[in-house]
Amino acid sequence: MNKLTQRIDKERLLLGIAAPLLAIVAALVVTTVVILATGKDPGAAFSDMATYGFASDSQVYILNKATTYYLAGVAVAIGFRMNLFNIGVDGQYRLAAFIAAVLGGALTVPGWLAIPLIIICAMATGALWAAIAGVLKVSRGVSEVISTIMLNSIATAIIAYLLQPGKLGQLDQAGTLVSTKPLPSSSYFFSFDTGPAGELWGFIVVAVLVGIAYWFVLGRTRFGFDLRTVGQSESAASASGVSVKKMIATSMIISGAVAGLIGMPTLLNDSHQFSNDFPAGIGFTGIAIALLGRNHPIGIALGALLWGFLERTTNHLEFQGYDKEILGVIQGVIVLCVVIAYEVVRRYGMKRQQQKVGAELAAQAAAATKKQEVA
Amino acid sequence: MTATMTDAPPPAAPKAEGAPRRSGRSLGMTLMIVAGALLLLAAVRMITGANQLDSAGQVGAALGLAVPIGLAGLAGLWSERAGVVNIGLEGMMILGTFGAGWVGWQTSPWLGLLCGIGFGVLGGLVHAVATVTFGVDHIVSGVAVNLLALGATQYLAKLFFAEGEASEAGGNPKQSPPAESLPHVTVPGLSDALASVEKHHWFLVSDLAGIVGGLITNLSVVTIIAVLLFIGSWWLLWRTPFGLRLRSCGENPTAAESLGVDVYRYKYAAVAVSGGLAGLGGAFLALVTSHTYLEGQTGGRGYIGLAAMIFGNWRPGGLAMGAGLFGYSDALQLRNGGVTVHALLLLLVVLLALLAGWKLYKKALLQGVISAVMAVLVLVWYLLTDEVPSDFVGATPYVVTLLVLSLSAQRLRMPKADGMRYRKGQGK
Repeated sequence: MNKLTQRIDKERLLLGIAAPLLAIVAALVVTTVVILATGKDPGAAFSDMATYGFASDSQVYILNKATTYYLAGVAVAIGFRMNLFNIGVDGQYRLAAFIAAVLGGALTVPGWLAIPLIIICAMATGALWAAIAGVLKVSRGVSEVISTIMLNSIATAIIAYLLQPGKLGQLDQAGTLVSTKPLPSSSYFFSFDTGPAGELWGFIVVAVLVGIAYWFVLGRTRFGFDLRTVGQSESAASASGVSVKKMIATSMIISGAVAGLIGMPTLLNDSHQFSNDFPAGIGFTGIAIALLGRNHPIGIALGALLWGFLERTTNHLEFQGYDKEILGVIQGVIVLCVVIAYEVVRRYGMKRQQQKVGAELAAQAAAATKKQEVA
Repeated sequence: MTATMTDAPPPAAPKAEGAPRRSGRSLGMTLMIVAGALLLLAAVRMITGANQLDSAGQVGAALGLAVPIGLAGLAGLWSERAGVVNIGLEGMMILGTFGAGWVGWQTSPWLGLLCGIGFGVLGGLVHAVATVTFGVDHIVSGVAVNLLALGATQYLAKLFFAEGEASEAGGNPKQSPPAESLPHVTVPGLSDALASVEKHHWFLVSDLAGIVGGLITNLSVVTIIAVLLFIGSWWLLWRTPFGLRLRSCGENPTAAESLGVDVYRYKYAAVAVSGGLAGLGGAFLALVTSHTYLEGQTGGRGYIGLAAMIFGNWRPGGLAMGAGLFGYSDALQLRNGGVTVHALLLLLVVLLALLAGWKLYKKALLQGVISAVMAVLVLVWYLLTDEVPSDFVGATPYVVTLLVLSLSAQRLRMPKADGMRYRKGQGK
């Protein structure tokens, strides 16, 4: 018996890896075809991506990017684990980063106090913004998909209104960029100096901690168990005494709080202010990465790294005479292939399992009849 | 639904719903509501003096902005009635804008329109393959379609519009060269007459003239096509055997299967039509609203269309109303919106006060009090300011959608098997 479970687990692991591999291979094939169709050499493009992507300065860049993407992926994944589509991560993180930047610019307390305050403020803002969608869902039955899309646009309007010279924004010297008051240098987050390769943002530590907390809470606590139960069957969850409504609201709020962290690496380690060119649309990147990583803490990390790698290397392709817009095609194909591959692999695994169980039952039955015949 | 209810229906079940009661309201009621709304609008216009509220220009602009949203919503209606949630509408619209811009500038805009539809259908087929054949979660697949459409069009636009002949004609990586315009229709004589009536700002008469004038002046042919598509979709989905079967796939595919309906084929057809309609919506943006394909032209209208459809309770009439609402508030932003939206605040006060009175009459104390407090707050806002900031004007449709959905979501009823995975021969 023990042997059997071991074998199934190994098979499940294989099947688990098969899907993303299948997707990446498919994406490679499609990309090759696309590049060939434009009459250029795909081989040189791939080798350029590989050599450039593994250079040390690229690696630092990719890790920095992946820090942001990882947080976005986790924020989305928390919702996904209980069948909630938090499309509003995008608005949540932008509003959170904006409010936190305003607070950070106004604070005059020492850094050891200011940084936690900024981070907590961002998490609270994200949580509050997500809570609107959560409360509307449990109290009024509004689909979170639609309400979060609306909240994204409302967040954009609020930021546009407040981020104006004379309100909470100020014009820079060139007169092109409106931004919030910059953070004092005491409020900068620490970073690792890697010499000529550039600075590795210290926020990567926070991202790792968030990943560990995500794994622990979902996989090792009562709360996480309840959350996953609600995701798989609401009726089963409520039958076992879980308040489904409370779980929906809570997980939406947690998802929003993590979403609030997304803008922090950029704010505390890089830009130190919120301007109208603050990165947007990372919430949607987070959806893609959560799908890619199958909501698994390590899977999401791999997805985030892959996204950072693709972004870095396709940008460089421009210098080799290729079009950097190929990035969107690769990313789109990967996500589409991944979701299809997961489904195909899931079906295949289920069929194998059914066959195995069927074979076992048949063997048992055969053995039983044999015994009867003997007796 | 509890188990006892399905297992043992009471023999003399009361006939709750009589045969002719279809969409809830009779024609007379609807007309009464429309008339009441008109009176209210006219009164608010007279009190506030915001003549833009229902001028022909405002109504015309609203109609132009409502069409792409309405087409996206209609696209959503087709696919969701067949049980496939289509959040990939945005991507299909993007494909439509690209197709229309690409063929439109090289040949005639009519071919561009067709190409936009064709590209939309392609996007729809990708979504159908993922959701129907492979059983991928519908929202997941929709998000993937959006990503892929955006990436593909950006790449193709760089290839097709940035070099050679196209770039000489005014194209660049984010924009196609301009296409010729599609014809516009104005009812001769009547338009001018209505415009002169409107200028007098008479109570109710000018309001009517403004609205009707806006609807018949300088009307794009594609708008007329869109209206016909709305009527055609309603007829096809609710008045023909084909429509009944298609909707049965969205309500209970297993039952449909047991009656011999090829559920897969119907779902494929519905999602392909859905893609085509979304593509047409995109083509409208590229060829009528502007004359080029522009990156980011859709601006989330696919999502808004979806919201309009939910707002309209998965019915064409309600969807058209929702699209009109979005178009109207979009138009406000373009045309001196701050003052007009400020006038609309007063309308909101009246509506909230009415709601409060109704709820109190119904003895729903808490809701009544909340509505009353909201009414007072909005009234204070109205009295203390002269204008609503333009950034908030842009957010009006989103806030209105949230409000309407939170007030009415419980009365909405989506197709029962909407978004569910269906496998042939595996129904219980």
